[in-house]
Amino acid sequence: MFDFTLAGARAALRARQVSARELTTAHLGAIEALNPRLNAFITVTPDLALRQAAAADAALARGEAGNLTGIPLAIKDLFCTAGVRTTAASRILEPFVPPYESTVTANLLRDGAVFLGKANLDEFAMGSSNMTSAFGPVTNPWTRPGDPSPLVPGGSSGGSAAAVAAGLALGATATDTGGSIRQPASFCGIAGIKPTYGRCSRWGIVAFASSLDQAGPLARTVEDCAILLGSMAGHDPKDSTSADRPVPDFAAACRRGVRGLRIGVPREYRSDDMPPEIEALWQQGLAWLREAGAETIDVSLPHTKYGLATYYIVAPAEASSNLARYDGVRFGARTEGGDLTGMYENTRAAGFGAEVQRRILIGTYVLSAGYYDAYYLRAQKIRALILRDFTEVFRTVDALLTPTAPSSAFAQGERMDDPVKMYLNDVFTVPANMSGVPGLSVPAGLDARGLPLGLQVLGKPFDEETVFAVGAALERAAGFSARPSLRAGG
Amino acid sequence: MSLDLATVRRIAKLARIRVEEPQLPRLQAELNGILGWIEQLNEVNVEGVEPLTGGAQMALKLRADEVTDGGIAEQVLANAPDRAGDFYAVPKVVE
Repeated sequence: MFDFTLAGARAALRARQVSARELTTAHLGAIEALNPRLNAFITVTPDLALRQAAAADAALARGEAGNLTGIPLAIKDLFCTAGVRTTAASRILEPFVPPYESTVTANLLRDGAVFLGKANLDEFAMGSSNMTSAFGPVTNPWTRPGDPSPLVPGGSSGGSAAAVAAGLALGATATDTGGSIRQPASFCGIAGIKPTYGRCSRWGIVAFASSLDQAGPLARTVEDCAILLGSMAGHDPKDSTSADRPVPDFAAACRRGVRGLRIGVPREYRSDDMPPEIEALWQQGLAWLREAGAETIDVSLPHTKYGLATYYIVAPAEASSNLARYDGVRFGARTEGGDLTGMYENTRAAGFGAEVQRRILIGTYVLSAGYYDAYYLRAQKIRALILRDFTEVFRTVDALLTPTAPSSAFAQGERMDDPVKMYLNDVFTVPANMSGVPGLSVPAGLDARGLPLGLQVLGKPFDEETVFAVGAALERAAGFSARPSLRAGG
Repeated sequence: MSLDLATVRRIAKLARIRVEEPQLPRLQAELNGILGWIEQLNEVNVEGVEPLTGGAQMALKLRADEVTDGGIAEQVLANAPDRAGDFYAVPKVVE
């Protein structure tokens, strides 16, 4: 039951070899057994899942299977789900039960998916380790062989990634503002794509940085991600930045192959302090693509090194503005404080964790009178230069290949003493958010300590099909079959 | 630019987050660590570059200026920490 890919489970459901009820019950059982150790879910919704599974079985019996009928998924607890508590892993939203459904999750329900529950994350998706969740850290199902110390699953979509890697769900929704889909995918040995900005509607997703946030799937294979994205994506009149374009057949693109494609190798992604095994895996990935018929070309993205610092102006600025809505008046938790201002200040001091407070304060500062031009306006100009780098390079290449993250999963509690040290995790993923281009992480190998490493495929805006084609070719060549020590049925 | 304690206090006030006096120095050090690292952006030549404001390189769509929903006061108020009838309730502002 737990060896299924999402595509495999879908075929078995349609062939009536397994029922949605059996599949859902097995995954709920796995959550019950393993979630106490992983903390991948903040809320589990067994009754809802079983009702949805029954509806899926009825639809299958009628021969009316949708794209995802009967497929059990984990939903990052940043997507509003009607009648199901949505916390953003923050104390301030602990009591919040949305009366509406986010567009992305509504699209999944339209196509017959089963929701197992709400997955843990860094508070308001701000973090790279899942250590900032008000509901406790998530534990990576992978450990170093012979060393039981708990590792982080990455972040911010750490609960989604851990749940998928451990077999608690066949796939999950996630969001990526600076790497929050791709870095946890790399740390947990699974696949995940941040599509082009605008591919998925942001309506009903708790906002962090609106010009960077983008939803995408996590799953154990590239094709499974393609199937999920096909349901999640699409134009939504309720999000003016969602793209009014047809949704291609992403799953078909996985079978295209890479013959004749030109793959760029950005030299700025090479650094002296990159572990040699990551450099070696990158070279191996390029060799696999050449063997499959692609051409690899050295290219330059000169402003890469400024991406991260630019991000840490733009993202906190937008966050400070977006999070102004949490004032203890309309929803969420309130802490009394005498007068109205005192109530605001106490509510936000008690409701937000340390990292969220830091980012709101940085954002407030860079937007404040007298500093706006020096910080925020300058950052927006550098953002334009980062986009220009990508635009120029995509005149000569079809896609880019880079490592996903500068390291494998690290131990819980590591890198917590210095916020900047934690931020450096996102050095390879942030440029795609700054420029809006799609990025996919594919599990490609293990490091010397036995932990998974991902490679990242970046593509042209709205050309996820080429990204999937390259990612699937890498996946076939890598033949990544290692599994975490903690997993369902294992 | 390094933040002094008075500036950290002022930013916290602007952001409506209560920060107790004893926590200020640690917060000041963290914020200055982040801002110091961000200083590297001063070496980039941005002369003549138009700022990029959004993530989508496309024109935003216009829509008709008309009411498309409403009449759901109960849903809108369902999560209110405090309410009085069909209104949100807050601490008294005017004596």
